Amino acid sequence: MTDPELDWIDAALTSARPQAVGALLRYFRSLDTAEEAFQEACLRALKHWRHNGPPRDPAAWLIFVGRNVGIDAARRRGREEALPPDELISDLDDAESVLAERLEDAHYRDDILRLLFICCHPDLPATQQIALALRIVSGLSVAQIARAFLVSEAAMEQRITRAKRSIAEAGVPFETPGAVERADRVAAVAAMIYLVFNEGYSAGSGEALARAPLCEEAIRLARLLLRLFPSEPEIMGLAALLLLQQARASARFDADGQLVLLEDQDRGLWNRDRIAEALALIDKAMRHNRPGPYQVQAAIAALHARAARPQDTDWAQIDRLYAALERMQPSPVITLNRAVAVAKLRGPAAALEMIEPLGPRLSGYFHFFGLKGALLMQLGRAEEARLAFGRAIALANTAAEAAHIRMHLDRLARDSVQSGQASTAP
Amino acid sequence: MLYAIFCYNDEDVVFSWSKEQDDAVMAKLDVVHQKLARSGKLGTAVRLMPTTAATTIRKDRDPPLVIDGPFAETKEALLGFYVVDCASLEEAVDFAQDLARANPGGAYEIRPVRLYRPGSEMK
Repeated sequence: MTDPELDWIDAALTSARPQAVGALLRYFRSLDTAEEAFQEACLRALKHWRHNGPPRDPAAWLIFVGRNVGIDAARRRGREEALPPDELISDLDDAESVLAERLEDAHYRDDILRLLFICCHPDLPATQQIALALRIVSGLSVAQIARAFLVSEAAMEQRITRAKRSIAEAGVPFETPGAVERADRVAAVAAMIYLVFNEGYSAGSGEALARAPLCEEAIRLARLLLRLFPSEPEIMGLAALLLLQQARASARFDADGQLVLLEDQDRGLWNRDRIAEALALIDKAMRHNRPGPYQVQAAIAALHARAARPQDTDWAQIDRLYAALERMQPSPVITLNRAVAVAKLRGPAAALEMIEPLGPRLSGYFHFFGLKGALLMQLGRAEEARLAFGRAIALANTAAEAAHIRMHLDRLARDSVQSGQASTAP
Repeated sequence: MLYAIFCYNDEDVVFSWSKEQDDAVMAKLDVVHQKLARSGKLGTAVRLMPTTAATTIRKDRDPPLVIDGPFAETKEALLGFYVVDCASLEEAVDFAQDLARANPGGAYEIRPVRLYRPGSEMK
């Protein structure tokens, strides 16, 4: 949408979308029909809202119009009857006031949940879950999603179509799942949101423009999930984690598009509003005394955010938090991250000793060789450092990552004795 | 007479504004703020964090019940508010509990403040 006057309509449609599509899905029990009905309702909203201003409850308006549109379409397909004219739904203000009350709370939560659960259907691979959620819940166009995933529009269209077919074949569960199943599926939704964020966050500077909306979308979805589960500390932790990471977005690349490490970032560029919101969420989560991986990761990110200067970072506490995370979710990647804190606390030799056993499991992992090279460089083992950096470059995921390692290699070439800095992704 | 003006909007929309959009809105508001401030009529202005950051204390029972999320009932009306400076949510909850003991019934919603402007010296 390019007309700035339509920005408010665009924003209202996006905001109402999960609830409206969720309700339409409840009526029609078909993702395609619900989506088409919603699209048509949006087109009519553009026309009506421009003249009449925003309705009191945009979601209720869209559900009402979308339902009529969908019923008409079904009737047309069924009996080839004449369409009811647009005038039948012209007096929308009345319809809305009656409907709004009935819609209010009764279905809101279940409708959005069902939509999220469907997108995170256990039959779907993660890549399809993400694509489907961005299409159905967030309302991104196929072209936008394709751009963000760096694939062709046709390939993305196919991925989404395949996901919808799998869901149709599996049968959409319309009943609200029981408590145990619900907890599993909420965890799946949280994981999907985290992946959406990472898709955007792991982009290089060149791709960042196309992929950055994924980070914003993930934050929006996390807030949505938190509104549905206001007392779930792990969802607070997830939202806090995403806010803290995204708060650093403007500081992560320099003017030339080079990756800037956490400790080299201009902390004045960090978004203080987002950090404050994240800290408030962590504060809330802590009251529950039920720690989990998202909360711990958020707490680690918060310690970085709280440090005014890199040297103020509480590495001892970060080391303890990574140790807790290792217990919750044993993974060589977590141990690798912990080693960065250990290097700060006890020096590069201790860190190197910690990561060496990870070699076989992380032999294809860029950050392993990046950190290994940096530690070896600090220890003055230039030749081994060069080898590790060579492997890192071969495994780099983005041009910025490769460029960063090349910088280390250049430094080694200039002076192999000079100590460098520990290096992991910021 | 002192008046309080409460601001309502679709938070999903407002918190999805880009930094540029947000700055543009604030710049337009600041023109109005300054006019009011010059006439010595602008008191404290506060911008709140989203409702996901809220904690609510139901004080219509003893002991009061602390729950996550915003105050969502429609039966009770907004009758007043405090701005307090606390080191943590815990401290804010304790403070609200003290208030609740002094004045039971209804609820308090504790919402972190995103932007606080003390305002001009009012005449």
